[in-house]
Amino acid sequence: MVKKRIGSTLFLLCVFVVLYLPIFYLMFYSFNKAGNMTHFTGFTFDWYKEVFSDKRLIAIVVDTVIVALLSSLLSTVLGVFGALAIYLTKGRHYKNMLLSLNNILMVSPDVIIGASFLILFTLLGIKLGFISVLLAHIAFSVPIVVLMVLPKLQEMSPTLIDAARDLGAKRLDVLLKVVIPFITPGIFAGFFMALTYSLDDFAVTFFVTGNGFSTLSVEIYSRARQGISMSVNALSTLIFLITLAIVLVYYFSTRGMGKVKQLSGGEDA
Amino acid sequence: MTKKWTNTYLIPYVLWIGLFVVAPLAMVLYYSFFDIQGHFSFENYLRFFTPIYLKMAISSIGYAFFITFFTLLVAYPTAYLLTRMKNRRLWLMLIILPTWINILLKAYAFIGLLGTYGPVDTLLAMSGAGRRQILFTGSSFVFVSVYLFIPFMILPIYNSLEKLNSSFVEAAYDLGASAWATFRRVIFPLTLEGVKSGCQAVFIPALSLFMLTRLIAGNRVITLGTAIEEHFLVTQDWGMGSTIAVFLILAMVVVMALMGKGWLKRW
Repeated sequence: MVKKRIGSTLFLLCVFVVLYLPIFYLMFYSFNKAGNMTHFTGFTFDWYKEVFSDKRLIAIVVDTVIVALLSSLLSTVLGVFGALAIYLTKGRHYKNMLLSLNNILMVSPDVIIGASFLILFTLLGIKLGFISVLLAHIAFSVPIVVLMVLPKLQEMSPTLIDAARDLGAKRLDVLLKVVIPFITPGIFAGFFMALTYSLDDFAVTFFVTGNGFSTLSVEIYSRARQGISMSVNALSTLIFLITLAIVLVYYFSTRGMGKVKQLSGGEDA
Repeated sequence: MTKKWTNTYLIPYVLWIGLFVVAPLAMVLYYSFFDIQGHFSFENYLRFFTPIYLKMAISSIGYAFFITFFTLLVAYPTAYLLTRMKNRRLWLMLIILPTWINILLKAYAFIGLLGTYGPVDTLLAMSGAGRRQILFTGSSFVFVSVYLFIPFMILPIYNSLEKLNSSFVEAAYDLGASAWATFRRVIFPLTLEGVKSGCQAVFIPALSLFMLTRLIAGNRVITLGTAIEEHFLVTQDWGMGSTIAVFLILAMVVVMALMGKGWLKRW
């Protein structure tokens, strides 16, 4: 029995080591004086300096963040509309149809989304660049927001709306003062997911980005295709730390929200 | 009263569906009927069934099967052992964390790890296996894909294992079933839903991920995704690219029909 336990712990350990090894490997060699990923000769911050003095790279990072923030903001608005639309649709048949259409972009591979958006933008005469990338990111983030907001709406008791109406609230008031506050955790979760989808996306952006505009993923790809470049190592270390910070903040803030919900939930019950 | 409500919210949403869901897919289908000169024809479909394209499609599907199989082989025991851990929420978090890191960066790390004079190469040389090309081969492509997909397979399996009622397992043991029989007859069938959605989450990206074939397989492996990218962005033959895309969509529909509902996608 003891032997078995050791075996399984070893297996798990192996999985975790393999899972994290490449990430730490990258980070480790980002401090390598020799400028390669094979022989560590000494410690240096040179590659970080290179990243921060690379104006083109900084501009790309700024562009990436702008696209991510704008697209997740707009897709959150659209997604909330979508969730409300699905929630208020009466017939089961129509509801399911809307949901399936919503999920198409969730399940289709990125190559398909990218290729079909490339055709769409070309036919519509939208120049490939910032606008096309932004539109594409909004488009593929909407369904995830819908899926994050919809369960919150379904959780909401319809009597809440009836009560507000009975007390004389106007339609807009019901929406802004009753419905939206209730679904806020879902909206935040949707916004956050949209943000990560946008920051993470490579394939769709690659198709619709054109020549002049680039996001971080596309830039990393084109640099990686040329082989090892130490600035990519340094950059990925920075990205890893930022990602870690965002995930931790999100994790603790949703836990905080969970607590608030539990408290108010207790009152409801 | 509520009907008016519905209409106002539906307008932007249905516009989005029409413009970014229905229209693009319809256009892919439309373009697949045009050859490179812009004439309407079924030529692209005929071309798809010539040996070159057919071989490519079959090898892509074969690779996707391999990748899904190996991912499942690693992910199932991992998920099972995770449910037996003390701080499983923390461990699960540690499994999920790497998925937040850009997939390109992870692929890039493997260029260094598997490259000539990299750690794996050196290790093989020291063990007496001799130096050989590891990067830019089919097996490195499978290995890196499995690495990238493991968390997406673990999560659904873990969830269905969590839902598993442990009294079923205890009952099986009480009735004299061996550990293997319990697994084969009780645990595995009851967690099949999770296995299915995991396989779906791996198989379709394995068919379509094109950056990996370029970075890790060095163009030695051509998946459906690579072929689509090549036709759209390199040879500019949108018609043929769309035709391959139509087949990729068909493959996706088949997989989804086989595997039932459940979707989880990060790229």
